[in-house]
Amino acid sequence: MNWRIFLETMPEGDATWWQMLASGLGWTLACAATAWIIALAAGTSIGIARTGTSRAASRVAATYVELFRNIPLIIQFFLWYFVLPELCPPLKRWVVQADPAAVQFLAATLCLGLFTSARIAEQVRAGIESLGRGQRQAARAMGLNEAQCYRHVLLPVTFRVIMPPLTSELMNLVKNTAVAYSIGLAELFFRTREMGEITFRYFEAFAAATLAYMVIALAANRAMRFIERRIAVPGVAGTARSAH
Amino acid sequence: MSMISLEAVSKWYDSFKVLDACTTAIERGEVVVICGPSGSGKSTLIKCINALEPFQQGTILVDGISVGDPQTNLARLRARVGMVFQHFELFPHLSVLANLNLAQVKVLGRTRDVASERSLALLDRVGLRDQAAKFPAQLSGGQQQRVAIARALSMDPIAMLFDEPTSALDPEMIVEVLDVMSTLAQEGMTMLCVTHEMGFARRVANRVIFMDHGTIVEDVAKDAFFDDPSARTARAQTFLSKILQH
Ligand SMILES: Nc1ncnc2c1ncn2[C@@H]1O[C@H](COP(=O)(O)OP(=O)(O)OP(=O)(O)O)[C@@H](O)[C@H]1O
Ligand SMILES: [Mg+2]
Repeated sequence: MNWRIFLETMPEGDATWWQMLASGLGWTLACAATAWIIALAAGTSIGIARTGTSRAASRVAATYVELFRNIPLIIQFFLWYFVLPELCPPLKRWVVQADPAAVQFLAATLCLGLFTSARIAEQVRAGIESLGRGQRQAARAMGLNEAQCYRHVLLPVTFRVIMPPLTSELMNLVKNTAVAYSIGLAELFFRTREMGEITFRYFEAFAAATLAYMVIALAANRAMRFIERRIAVPGVAGTARSAH
Repeated sequence: MSMISLEAVSKWYDSFKVLDACTTAIERGEVVVICGPSGSGKSTLIKCINALEPFQQGTILVDGISVGDPQTNLARLRARVGMVFQHFELFPHLSVLANLNLAQVKVLGRTRDVASERSLALLDRVGLRDQAAKFPAQLSGGQQQRVAIARALSMDPIAMLFDEPTSALDPEMIVEVLDVMSTLAQEGMTMLCVTHEMGFARRVANRVIFMDHGTIVEDVAKDAFFDDPSARTARAQTFLSKILQH
């Protein structure tokens, strides 16, 4: 073992391996954070559509969920990055002249965000359904419209209820960012492999990466737990606690 | 003009007829109790009145406004009709005070201060002002139902609908809820109550409606219903003797 390898510079460059991994970590974090925002926004919207009064919207939402849930993640990466531009010439024209890293980042965040959103949509749907029809009726009976009913009654309770599975989902998302290496995004796993292949210091490289992934997942878990405690109210318990 | 009037109202769930040509009228300040066996359509009937459930035939007017008319602003109509549910349906993530304030602020457009003042006055009335900061789960069932009544009153409704407000409560808590309802009736509130509390009906109601299989079988003055067995249909008689045994 030679931990000093991290301080050596990589060939054809002046960055040390430590800096390369750190830059990979930066992409991983940026990718996870952006995808998480997309996933929450889209997942919540789809979950609402799934449980709303419009039958058509509910059916569209159900199809969305099945689509993103049933295709393997790595295939979705390839669809976004390689196939979609082929199907859309203006997009293709933009892709060929754009910064490859930007295109990879965009494809990766959209892919991970929407993939995760389908799973969050299911949690939101299940959470809303677990409240029963009474809450919705009580809100509507007081004159709240459908949007107000979701905004002020159904969603605040639902999100408290689904915090535990949502936490697992965030941790999955962090781990899934590694699949973005397949489209060339220079995230942490990409850099780790690169370091291993060039220096043959696989053990050191992967030890560092493993540690980094564990720290991020743990931090994500702790952050979610913190929020969960902050928004906790008596009588509204999270479900599926064992999922952690 | 009646406060609430139903004219030949029928409703189906697919091919199953839940309400069969129901006709009745509730006058201003009147207290009407609805009873009848499980599945007879009592809840459905009162949910149709504030448009929580659609109906396919007939007319319902609330203060002269047609509930079934697509032009009617249903949210505004619902805001004027208070509703109390069997399982309270307080919003669990909001404090008692916030439960009362929510629709006042979001629907009636009151400021938070004005709403809070009104809410606290109502909580005072149901004897729960000191519980304003608690969450629903921290209250007993009877207290929760009194909060739910105060919440419905916070909208200054023109009528109140109750769907078995005491049937999820332990016996010792039933009284405190019925007391609040009796006071409300004495103050002149128009009330339509689905309940099997026949003591309450006897003391407070003006009229009793007996439903069976989606039809209004009886719709008579309280005294006739309770004191004149010969005037009752056999079905109502059987039903009444069953629940009065408890
Ligand atoms: N959403 C629904 N879809 C289909 N059938 C329904 C639905 N809601 C109620 N029903 C049926 O309609 C009938 C009347 O129901 P309703 O809840 O109005 O009865 P109820 O008199 O209030 O009974 P209970 O005393 O049990 O509350 C019942 O047979 C019930 O099974
Ligand atoms: Mg009922």
